[in-house]
Amino acid sequence: MAEDVLELSAMQMDALREIGNIGAGNSATALSQIINRKIDMNVPKVAIVPLGDVPDLVGGPDAMVAGVFLRVYGKAPGSILFLLPKESAFYLVDTLMGKKHGDTQTLDFMDESALMEIGNILAGAYLNALFHFTKLTLLPSIPALAMDMAGAILSVVLVQLGQMGDHALVIETEFLSEDDGIKGHFFLVPDPGSLETILTAVGVK
Amino acid sequence: MPELIRVGMADYKVGRGSATIISYGLGSCIGITLYDAETRIGGLLHIMLPDSTQARSNENPAKFADSGIPLMMENILSMGGSRSRLVAKIAGGSQMFTFANATDIMRVGARNAIAVKTILKDLRIRLIAEDTGGTYGRTVQIDLNTGIYKVKTIDKGEKEL
Repeated sequence: MAEDVLELSAMQMDALREIGNIGAGNSATALSQIINRKIDMNVPKVAIVPLGDVPDLVGGPDAMVAGVFLRVYGKAPGSILFLLPKESAFYLVDTLMGKKHGDTQTLDFMDESALMEIGNILAGAYLNALFHFTKLTLLPSIPALAMDMAGAILSVVLVQLGQMGDHALVIETEFLSEDDGIKGHFFLVPDPGSLETILTAVGVK
Repeated sequence: MPELIRVGMADYKVGRGSATIISYGLGSCIGITLYDAETRIGGLLHIMLPDSTQARSNENPAKFADSGIPLMMENILSMGGSRSRLVAKIAGGSQMFTFANATDIMRVGARNAIAVKTILKDLRIRLIAEDTGGTYGRTVQIDLNTGIYKVKTIDKGEKEL
């Protein structure tokens, strides 16, 4: 086994949860400022799950979702995925583009671009917060967007992990807007080698 | 109500007769079905990667095309399926996100499809239908009564292979 991620101590799990908390907190603030609505977030979940079970975290592998995907470059590479159920993605687009809620039924080029920009801003805010905490410089790639089955979108992240092991470490935070219109899942999935780097940086190795 | 057997990522299931085997939400992964029409024994394998020899962790043979297909085949044969009657149908292998400078890992769907075909050829299993490529997800299911392999998508409709 390359790295047995199953053997994280309670303290290490806590450290990762705190990383999720700080990162997602920053992201939630950014999102809140853009759409001018209060955004609540839950306590981040840190979970080590069999690869095949990851899609169940977002409503099952055939749930229709919009996903913004970014690779993370730097000393602790990984992937970021911002997933929104279809209705939430449309609602967010309506809000961003100044349309009436319910107007968006399919995404045009501008809508897609807007969603990718949201992914970009959230990822930037998340990684920026991580930097202050860990002093690890992490840079996001250009975002990419897909609207499809959750399993198909998640497989992009999972395939990278699949070469190394059979489990994924996911740091997941759920966002919820005050009017319940927008519900999103933000995933940070460190590449297998990155976990050690992050834990060392926060001093809980 | 016919039995519905679910196959997760990097897994496979075999069965016979009235059962239907289904796998949801394939992206770059490929769903490979092997079927013997006479005994109505068949299976569905959901692979993620082409080659177990290139991976650092290969304890789970069902994750890879090169180790998963022979494994499922042996299982079908041990249930009484005939190797000479086995036919294959495959679906999946899409590219969900397009980047300008796509790395190898981003093109894994296409590499999966090539690997699957090579392995089927090596095993001398006839590939009689395929629906691979594209940029969209697929849900696949094999009806072991009829051998019909159904491929569902969100925007591109549904087809039977």
